[in-house]
Amino acid sequence: MAEDTGPIIQVRNLRNQFGDQVIHDGLSLDVQRGEVLGVVGGSGTGKSVLLRTIVGLKRPDAGSVRVFGQDVTALEGDARKAVEQRWGVAFQDGALFSALTVAQNVQVPMREHLDLPQQLMDELAAEKIAMVGLPPTAGPKYPSELSGGMRKRAALARALALDPEIVFLDEPTAGLDPIGAADYDLLIKKLKDALGLTVFMVTHDLDSLYAICDRVAVLAERRVMVVGPISEVSTYSNAWIQEYFQGPRSRAAAGAAARTSDA
Amino acid sequence: MNTLAAQFETQETADGGRIAFAGPWTVRHIGRQDAPLRAMAGAVSATPRQQQGHVTLDLAQVTALDTAGAWMVYRTLRDLKAAGADVTLAGVHGAYADLIELARVSDQPCDVEPETASLFEVIAERMGRAVMMLVWEMVALLNMVGVVLAVIGQVIVRPRTLRLTSVVSHMERVGLNAVPIVALLTFLIGAVLAQQGASQLKLFGAEVFTVNLVSISMLRELGVLITAIIVAGRSGSAFTAEIGSMKVREEIDAMRTLGLDPIAVLVAPRVIALVLMLPVLTFVGDIMGLMGGGAVAYAMLDISPQIYIQRVEVSVATNTFLVGLIKAPFLALAIGVIGCLEGLRVTGSAESVGARTTSSVVKSIFTVIVLDAVFAIFFTAVGY
Repeated sequence: MAEDTGPIIQVRNLRNQFGDQVIHDGLSLDVQRGEVLGVVGGSGTGKSVLLRTIVGLKRPDAGSVRVFGQDVTALEGDARKAVEQRWGVAFQDGALFSALTVAQNVQVPMREHLDLPQQLMDELAAEKIAMVGLPPTAGPKYPSELSGGMRKRAALARALALDPEIVFLDEPTAGLDPIGAADYDLLIKKLKDALGLTVFMVTHDLDSLYAICDRVAVLAERRVMVVGPISEVSTYSNAWIQEYFQGPRSRAAAGAAARTSDA
Repeated sequence: MNTLAAQFETQETADGGRIAFAGPWTVRHIGRQDAPLRAMAGAVSATPRQQQGHVTLDLAQVTALDTAGAWMVYRTLRDLKAAGADVTLAGVHGAYADLIELARVSDQPCDVEPETASLFEVIAERMGRAVMMLVWEMVALLNMVGVVLAVIGQVIVRPRTLRLTSVVSHMERVGLNAVPIVALLTFLIGAVLAQQGASQLKLFGAEVFTVNLVSISMLRELGVLITAIIVAGRSGSAFTAEIGSMKVREEIDAMRTLGLDPIAVLVAPRVIALVLMLPVLTFVGDIMGLMGGGAVAYAMLDISPQIYIQRVEVSVATNTFLVGLIKAPFLALAIGVIGCLEGLRVTGSAESVGARTTSSVVKSIFTVIVLDAVFAIFFTAVGY
């Protein structure tokens, strides 16, 4: 297939603005198939807006967004649905449907888009729940009965329901304790290796950046200022980037990542 | 072979059998194969152990596999093994082994819905809950009335603790903004009452008593009742939804930690505003009801406005008007307290806000009508 060769996500000259406030201007970014891309940036630099634009929740004011080689800003109807089934999105606080149990939440995309027997859907929901490391007792629970970390995992299970090619994660480890966050990082890495996922991850978590991201894109001054492996990005000469990657927390995270890879 | 659909074939071999999977075994394609594959595994399991021998699951012709397809392959493997067959996988290429291994470690059945009890248990449980709920709710309501009255008492003793801005803002929302709808509806009720009354009283040649009918029923009962019901639907529900959303976002908890009393900050201003404004709205309702009656009297019975006003003066005394008005603050207290209490009882979800808002409106309208009946009995007993 032709679409297999190029970047899986291709953003060109993107412009986003709310009223007079310009969030992105001339933003371009490529995401390669099978990589974990971490998107970082200061508050208000439009990391989440970029994610929402790529998945079509916000229409860009100018520029193009191509996913799987198709211009997603122009897609409508069935063509759009077909593309949407090939990616999964896990929102920051899960955004699980509160009236459904976790297992039913995981079954929503299967039920809506596919024609599967109920028994198989139950088995697949159980498989996804186990895959994201939730105990089987979480299946029949409602989202309000779960902790924040479990909700994030349940959201990931729902995002994985249709075996997507790309998973979008918005601040996946925000609000988790360090052990939970490290577990989540491992989970993403494991799933990425097993399923060949492409992961687009908005994050502030320096540990995640060092532990699992193949490349890091820094949003600043309304565009992607620099993108590349973290070793390159962290040495880029820009005051904010230096402060971000050379601060005490970052050095600790880098040290931890180095120790892990030595071990 | 059709490469666009997931397929499998079973073949007998010398020492057992071979199941050949082919085509794309992905979540989009496997739906139709679930039942046949399950049936086939079931049939193999049903044959006696000694006849089963060796089974090969051949994936060589599989063009695509994902976690869902891997699950079905693994499930077949697991079920056949459990039945005693000696099973091996063949033709596993690419990342298929990883996917099947992932399916194996993810073999952890879980319930989809919470367990449900038998019908009898459900009925008994619900009845028990409903009775306890009723008792508990009465206690909670009385408790809330007490707390609100205590806060209002505190305001009277120390007027500086009154949140005047908030009270005035709520007075505008529950009072001033409700004037058009209250005026329109009571005008229409007054008009309908006069029209229906006139057509009946005409039979006795007593049309002129239509004025008595309208003025007494509007002033004593209907004016305040209609107004209170409108306010319960309009403002009681708003109180519940506002306070409920704040509860969902933990704003109420934040207030407590900042040393603010949610009752004093949120509930008292709303209840005070309602207690002050419902009598005013009732007065508007009374006058508009009388005007509605007057309009119909003029149009249908040729009673001029001057004569209508004279007849009203003759038929009602001040106490008729006061009987209606006196009820207003009590009804307002009930509506305000129920609305706020339901709001504070919202838990976690968006669904709960909706459920509590519904229950707030139903309860406050119910309470308004019950209180009105109690007042009617009381005023009759004291002969006022």
